[in-house]
Amino acid sequence: MLKFPIYLDNNATTPMDPRVLEAMLPYFTNQFGNAASRNHAFGWAAEEAVDYAREQIAALINCNPKELIFTSGATESDNLAIKGVFEMYASKGNHIITATTEHKAVLDTCKHIEKLGGQVTYLQVNSEGLINLEELEAAITDKTILIAIMYGNNEVGVVQPIREIGRIAKKHGVLFFSDATQAVGKIPVDVEADGIDLMAFSGHKMYGPKGVGALYVRRKNPRVKVTAQMDGGGHERGMRSGTLNVPGIVGLGKAAEICRTDMASDTARIIAMRDRLETELLQMEESYLNGNKESRLPHVSNISFKYVEGEGLMMGVKDIAVSSGSACTSASLEPSYVLKAMGMSDDLAHSSLRFGLSRFTTDEEVDYAISHVKEAVTKLRELSPLWEMFKEGIDLDSVEWAEH
Amino acid sequence: MAYSDKVIDHYSNPRNVGTLDKSKTNVGTGLVGAPECGDVMRLQIEVDENQVITDAKFKTFGCGSAIASSSLATEWLKGKTVDEALAIDNMEIVEELALPPVKIHCSVLAEDAIKSAINDYRVKNGLEPLVEAKSHH
Repeated sequence: MLKFPIYLDNNATTPMDPRVLEAMLPYFTNQFGNAASRNHAFGWAAEEAVDYAREQIAALINCNPKELIFTSGATESDNLAIKGVFEMYASKGNHIITATTEHKAVLDTCKHIEKLGGQVTYLQVNSEGLINLEELEAAITDKTILIAIMYGNNEVGVVQPIREIGRIAKKHGVLFFSDATQAVGKIPVDVEADGIDLMAFSGHKMYGPKGVGALYVRRKNPRVKVTAQMDGGGHERGMRSGTLNVPGIVGLGKAAEICRTDMASDTARIIAMRDRLETELLQMEESYLNGNKESRLPHVSNISFKYVEGEGLMMGVKDIAVSSGSACTSASLEPSYVLKAMGMSDDLAHSSLRFGLSRFTTDEEVDYAISHVKEAVTKLRELSPLWEMFKEGIDLDSVEWAEH
Repeated sequence: MAYSDKVIDHYSNPRNVGTLDKSKTNVGTGLVGAPECGDVMRLQIEVDENQVITDAKFKTFGCGSAIASSSLATEWLKGKTVDEALAIDNMEIVEELALPPVKIHCSVLAEDAIKSAINDYRVKNGLEPLVEAKSHH
């Protein structure tokens, strides 16, 4: 039985796994202690739970449990990594290298760094969303302290050449930070093999709770330190003060454990569904896959349906929750900056839909999405003057549009 | 943001979708907006010898509110004289469809489309073009 609406927006957030909730529940009530209370059983129980979560997470990303700093989520982790490195390594340099398709939590933090006198290089990506490694290496100067490149992109799912970036960073003695929010728990992430020095991720993108995330900070080869952006009681080795969110951390730990044990089977099933969805939808005339087809996350598909506007299309499939690169609701009317950074024309960016599957997505839901998206695209094309012009063989680029 | 019932109705059952023969002298065509802005409206009117709009058709590339605004415009145009049609103001569309502030530009585009179609009809029939309609550059 299908339940409506169908959720295919798992890059925005994932539903929490019931096993995660179950693990968290005692820490809201009976086990309410403060993990920093060192002198009674309540505190010990909380600390033990937090330490166990550290181990569960460490096992997923192959780090030492002590290398994890708990935060409120990936945005805070991104801020802490970039601002913290900028402050801590000020005597070494002030130059950061990032890319134009990063999440706003990285890009806006870099803008902030520029206001503080830092230098930031924004690498362009190619039409498939990948950075150029030669450009990256060429951008490194003796003032470069950090390379900030995301693992997998939230809009198109493109996975950057992380290991090669790690090698380049190591070769030049520059720290490598990766926002891995969309990748951790979905694909194998190994900070040792990948050569990552700092890494941000979040609970709610991997079937865990909202409001909790972590920053991995390497402790040796090299020993990395970040200046705290939240001052106070000196929690988390002095890098992030604030009473630990014990239930959230327990949830993040459990979510990480399930992702590790179930990754192979989940991924096989999700890829099969994603590929079926994609193959069916790309059979439609004038539909295009956005982003590199090989190097990408298993659960995402971003497709443009030319001559149909994305928001109008979402309204046509209102019992399916997806997202669009069109931003007709925003005051600027600007479509997705990620798609634009990939060199996509505005009209194609306006015509894109992002499908994000999860371990809870079913074959029936995918079937429903395929038939209803096709139906809505066909209906809206009947309504589209651009489709009519295209069918008449008019070159739309030659039309002088009355822009408003 | 939830859509109003009227927007949903026009989106689900758009009125007067189609194409009139633009080569006819009594047909005026307005094509406004741009693909890169995410909305393009084509609105056409057919006018009889008494300056009454006997038929109106549209096709729109855009969001639900843009489709609803142009669908509503064609409904309002039929039976009106050209002069009456010129008096249609975008704020009437906003009120009728209960468009939120971020969607007002859809109604503006519909008003532009009406004026642009009338202009085309006037020029085809040897009349002076209207002074530039509301400008939204």
